[in-house]
Amino acid sequence: MSAILQGAGAATALSPFNSIDSNKLVAPSRSSLSVRSKRYIVAGSDSKSFGSSLIVRRSEPLIPNAVAAKADTAASSTSSKPGHELLLFEALQEGLEEEMDRDPHVCVMGEDVGHYGGSYKVTKGLADKFGDLRVLDTPICENAFTGMGIGAAMTGLRPVIEGMNMGFLLLAFNQISNNCGMLHYTSGGQFTIPVVIRGPGGVGRQLGAEHSQRLESYFQSIPGIQMVACSTPYNAKGLMKAAIRSENPVILFEHVLLYNLKETIPDEEYICNLEEAEMVRPGEHITILTYSRMRYHVMQAAKTLVNKGYDPEVIDIRSLKPFDLYTIGNSVKKTHRVLIVEECMRTGGIGASLTAAINENFHDFLDAPVMCLSSQDVPTPYAGTLEEWTVVQPAQIVTAVEQLCQ
Amino acid sequence: MALSRLTSRSNIITRPFSAAFSRLISTDTTPITIETSLPFTAHLCDPPSRSVESSSQELLDFYRTMALMRRMEIAADSLYKAKLIRGFCHLYDGQEAVAIGMEAAITKKDAIITAYRDHCIFLGRGGSLHEVFSELMGRQAGCSKGKGGSMHFYKKESSFYGGHGIVGAQVPLGCGIAFAQKYNKEEAVTFALYGDGAANQGQLFEALNISALWDLPAILVCENNHYGMGTAEWRASKSPSYYKRGDYVPGLKVDGMDAFAVKQACKFAKQHALEKGPIILEMDTYRYHGHSMSDPGSTYRTRDEISGVRQERDPIERIKKLVLSHDLATEKELKDTEKEIRKEVDDAIAKAKDCPMPEPSELFTNVYVKGFGTESFGPDRKEFKASLP
Repeated sequence: MSAILQGAGAATALSPFNSIDSNKLVAPSRSSLSVRSKRYIVAGSDSKSFGSSLIVRRSEPLIPNAVAAKADTAASSTSSKPGHELLLFEALQEGLEEEMDRDPHVCVMGEDVGHYGGSYKVTKGLADKFGDLRVLDTPICENAFTGMGIGAAMTGLRPVIEGMNMGFLLLAFNQISNNCGMLHYTSGGQFTIPVVIRGPGGVGRQLGAEHSQRLESYFQSIPGIQMVACSTPYNAKGLMKAAIRSENPVILFEHVLLYNLKETIPDEEYICNLEEAEMVRPGEHITILTYSRMRYHVMQAAKTLVNKGYDPEVIDIRSLKPFDLYTIGNSVKKTHRVLIVEECMRTGGIGASLTAAINENFHDFLDAPVMCLSSQDVPTPYAGTLEEWTVVQPAQIVTAVEQLCQ
Repeated sequence: MALSRLTSRSNIITRPFSAAFSRLISTDTTPITIETSLPFTAHLCDPPSRSVESSSQELLDFYRTMALMRRMEIAADSLYKAKLIRGFCHLYDGQEAVAIGMEAAITKKDAIITAYRDHCIFLGRGGSLHEVFSELMGRQAGCSKGKGGSMHFYKKESSFYGGHGIVGAQVPLGCGIAFAQKYNKEEAVTFALYGDGAANQGQLFEALNISALWDLPAILVCENNHYGMGTAEWRASKSPSYYKRGDYVPGLKVDGMDAFAVKQACKFAKQHALEKGPIILEMDTYRYHGHSMSDPGSTYRTRDEISGVRQERDPIERIKKLVLSHDLATEKELKDTEKEIRKEVDDAIAKAKDCPMPEPSELFTNVYVKGFGTESFGPDRKEFKASLP
């Protein structure tokens, strides 16, 4: 059976080997694949070369210091050893610091990342430790310093570019779209751009319209980049490390309101797969796909739903480009109902693309139309009550689930 | 034999043999001093001297390479009209002295980055004619595998970073490359070229600010050919002294049609950038063709102006005069060289025409570093969901 390649959304369902340079850290991808094989039987697959080579890889032994308990346990992310407790921004800082220790080519550039310590303290202490040439305070010129980061990446450095707020990166859109995303292609593979562009976005606490933007939807069509969104200290650190090690340009979306989340994370080194979704809560009745802050709204709604007798399966999709259609597809096959809860705008948002991808690929498995709850198509107002109504609230999620499960 | 012909200029006996060795090759490095056509104008720095050290080898080399560049661009013109090159094709003829002079002053470790008028600079950086024509015609053997086109020539080994469609965007990239050079302690510099049109881009000044703040070895070169597509420089820039636009950054104005002036200025700039930080060079040059192949080039300027510049300031003519006046070759030899070059270019075009177009699967390669991982499965992993046609 061969269908025409459908493009990034559909085709990159399984590519755990893509993001991570397999020389450096094979463990997580292999282990997660091994774990998958326990759950999903690959019986007598078509004897095409791809399938057989994949089977060979799976039979290799687990490497102990892997993302051990991640795939099996639902929401908790602790391994068997006692870890240490920290806040999300500290987890990001830890990840960044470990990568900077490991590879002298990693540097950070952004506004107030150095001496000030970062507007959300993600880069606190790094300037003292690594010096001014590796943690660079830039003037306010997003277009230029993003361009400079990309130019430096062309020569082999691995800059981590911080937008103080994701919305500011709109000023650098040309650099991100044309140079960051396309240079690998237009140079015929000569240059790789291993940058990480990160920053907080999303609707915060009455920050106003221009500081509450969600850029996932604007960047999602750019060919050549990968987008990930972190939501817990565990995956924040893991995704930060994976993004830095990736040879592709990665945009890491953080959320302003999630920086003070506390969690215990493992002491040993780990990386999260850049293209994998996270199973937050397995269930039977309905698949709820979400990412970033909406994960917490969904989990809150899930409590109510469980009391009402529903059993939702919650998946944090994490990888916004490309979608992990493998995990999502398996879930859809099990539950036959999908609800997408996102913070992006309704028009042209991540939910819209995901709805299209699910309809295209898994139409036969659906018992109800895919429903997508997203933010309203309005600039985020300042007034607290109005702001609350621009984003999806847990009550709306409960109503939507009840509606879908009729 | 060629060597003897050239070193012993007074040795008329060996002259008749030159017909058999029609290639102008010289290994003579006895220094020749040449005066630049115009003095340099400086802003916040001391201009370098007008006397440039050269050699007969270099002179002949300049002539040959510039003639090659000129011939290549004219051939590209005919290929475009024959619809073998499509899309945008921006030709560099008239501006060759900038590419040549710059190459002569620097090494392959120094980086060059430019906008879309990049064919000749690519050639200067060590690219071959075959790669150029293949890429222009979209063939597999092109320098970017046929996927970049006229505006996206790159050569990583020679530190040539392209080849960019959006003008102005390459200047921050160039400053980033300079940053990496400083980070890695490489003792190399970056030349970021842009035109008089792009000189008004904001990101240029942003990048200049950062470069001056962090003392980056970045040299911003404004190739001022006086027209930003159809807009003359006086209609686009309030201050047409682009070398002064850096304000706190020193600048130098150079006659861009004089390869030796360019060479001297680039040498000076490299030293300045390594010691003191960024510097701006303004190359006063001219393009004979229009902005691109779809622009006749005569609606916003008179043909008299174009032919006037061609008669008085043509860079190849200047080198030719120097070669003849220093007795390094005869008229006939130079004509023979030109014929050879023409043949070389025609051969390269023929070879490129024979090259295959890229495979269909190449559509999806190089988007991500490790490919799409096109081994994707349906949800039960039993059937393939996608495969390339």
